[in-house]
Amino acid sequence: MRSLRSPFGLAVLALVAVAPLFAQDTAKGVRIGLRYDPGTKPGVAVLPVPGNHGDSVRAILERDFDFSDRLAVVTLTAADGYLPTGETPAGTPVPLNYPLFAKLGAAAVLQVTPTPRGLHVTLHDVGRSQVASIEEFPMPPPEQAKEWRLALHGMADAVVEWITGQRGMAQTRIAFIRGNVVRLVDSDGEQEQTLPMLGAAMSPAWHPGGTLIAYNTFGPESRIVVHDLRTGRVRDFGAQRNTTNLTPVFTPDGKSLVYSLSSENGADLYLMPLEGDAFPRRVTVGRGSENVQPSFSPDGNRMAFMSDRTGHPEVYIMDADGTNPDIFTAFDFGDQNYRASPDWSPDGRQVSFQSRIDGRFQLFTMTLRDRQPKQLTSEGENEDPSWAPDGRHVVFASTRSGTRQLWILDTESGRLRQLTQVGGSRLPAWSPRLIKP
Amino acid sequence: MTVTTRALPLVLALFSVSVLDACKKAPPPPPAPAVDSAAIRAAREDSIRMENQRRAAAADEARRRAAQDSIDRANAAAEAARRDSEMLRSTVAAVINFDFDKSDLRDDAKANLDAKIPILLANSNVTIRVSGHADERGSSEYNLALGQRRAAAAKRYLVERGVAESRVETTSFGEERPVCTESNESCWAQNRRDEFEITAGGPLTRPR
Repeated sequence: MRSLRSPFGLAVLALVAVAPLFAQDTAKGVRIGLRYDPGTKPGVAVLPVPGNHGDSVRAILERDFDFSDRLAVVTLTAADGYLPTGETPAGTPVPLNYPLFAKLGAAAVLQVTPTPRGLHVTLHDVGRSQVASIEEFPMPPPEQAKEWRLALHGMADAVVEWITGQRGMAQTRIAFIRGNVVRLVDSDGEQEQTLPMLGAAMSPAWHPGGTLIAYNTFGPESRIVVHDLRTGRVRDFGAQRNTTNLTPVFTPDGKSLVYSLSSENGADLYLMPLEGDAFPRRVTVGRGSENVQPSFSPDGNRMAFMSDRTGHPEVYIMDADGTNPDIFTAFDFGDQNYRASPDWSPDGRQVSFQSRIDGRFQLFTMTLRDRQPKQLTSEGENEDPSWAPDGRHVVFASTRSGTRQLWILDTESGRLRQLTQVGGSRLPAWSPRLIKP
Repeated sequence: MTVTTRALPLVLALFSVSVLDACKKAPPPPPAPAVDSAAIRAAREDSIRMENQRRAAAADEARRRAAQDSIDRANAAAEAARRDSEMLRSTVAAVINFDFDKSDLRDDAKANLDAKIPILLANSNVTIRVSGHADERGSSEYNLALGQRRAAAAKRYLVERGVAESRVETTSFGEERPVCTESNESCWAQNRRDEFEITAGGPLTRPR
């Protein structure tokens, strides 16, 4: 990058070098002068972006910052007199009136200019009245198409990380089911896409690499299907008389699938390697009970799952090889609830699940260390939580608006937003970060 | 009626014509009565032929009627058999219902299955598919497993009472194919069910 070789670029590198001195945690990146406090969000102002798609770029970035729940977007109006004077060549930081932005509540100001290859981004640290970071992001043409938008979301995530030390989660997609068909939608609710199906489908799950989707079909010839998003190629297995295959997930190393095989003798979890001629290996010993909905700890050593082995559905945790199963959601002696849909958080510290309150499912989280349940929802029925890769947001299906829709909850602030607009949307699975190699 | 009696008036009529012709010529000695035996023979043959045609038509009609009667009888029997088979089929296809989150067979479900068993035993070419369903309240993923267990419960009951295992296939639709879409117990109770579908064989005959 040309700009990093300029004297100004050297200044940026120097700033990166001292960043750990004032960063509060070990996350890499430049921390803007304000100390990060989960209760207060640093303000960020995005300058108008030149070029044909400038308004769209700016709108998408502002929305991603807002949806990150880590930044407060400072809305600029012409009356604020923020605009830099005169023409500046692309990639050249403009001198800004820092005291003015400080007065508007912005800790950071983002300047984006189009280049032949993509977008050039300059981040200003208002508190220090200097440039904090510069980078050029390649943008795959054509503008506004799926890959272009995904790259722009990645840029937003990088900026969130520059400012807060924590990467955003805009560059992700959510797989879900509507009408027994697997669909994908961007984290901002745009670019909905339908996958071609091998039958009536349920329970989509992401490969940790973000390139494969597994799901199951049900009815006669129920099977597990693995769909390659890069090639559109599809593999399936498991079709067997008198059997339903359900709830596939990939192991965190990406090498195998774990799913539930429901036969006439209960449902047990099986592990199936993706490569080679291996056969499925049984993981649980359910003795006729139902054992479904596996969710791995991020290190792959343990697995949460739902079982009715004691007569009613509860969430259990066991070692990945099926040993040491232990009930996780036993709140009180004699407690007879209906708990299901565990999803292990990406930081490994808690598991989200659904539990019935007054006849309706509500979302809970529970930490592994102290096992204190925390209720997250109370309005409508709320089911099937799936963590975002930032370990902070959860997508779930809710009837709170009258129809079943996907919603996203910030578990730290409690802020909610509706992701889908068409009823009957359910069984969401949040992708990993979809960063291209 | 015989041919002779039937032909007599014709013969007499022919005679009369000849007699009248003779009277016009006066006064020849009365000739021996001129009997045109050829005409008489022709008249008789005509009369016989007509009578034969009439008899053949009558016989055809009788045969046609008999055939139609037999077709009608066969149709009636087939219709009765079809109605019978339909009735037996609806007995085999009758759904059974379950309690919430349960796959145990209730007494009404067992009575329902008991009615299916003799029909299935008497029609050994028939195969069925049992599909288990759930109401909307549980986890929809777990409900797929619950549906499979409900189908298996009915199958186990049938197989224990002599229906060959290979004739009964099981599958599950979970809560994905409700028959009733309101959110109340009456609806939920209808949706918690096993459906029975004849996949091969039939028509069904009544057990002896």
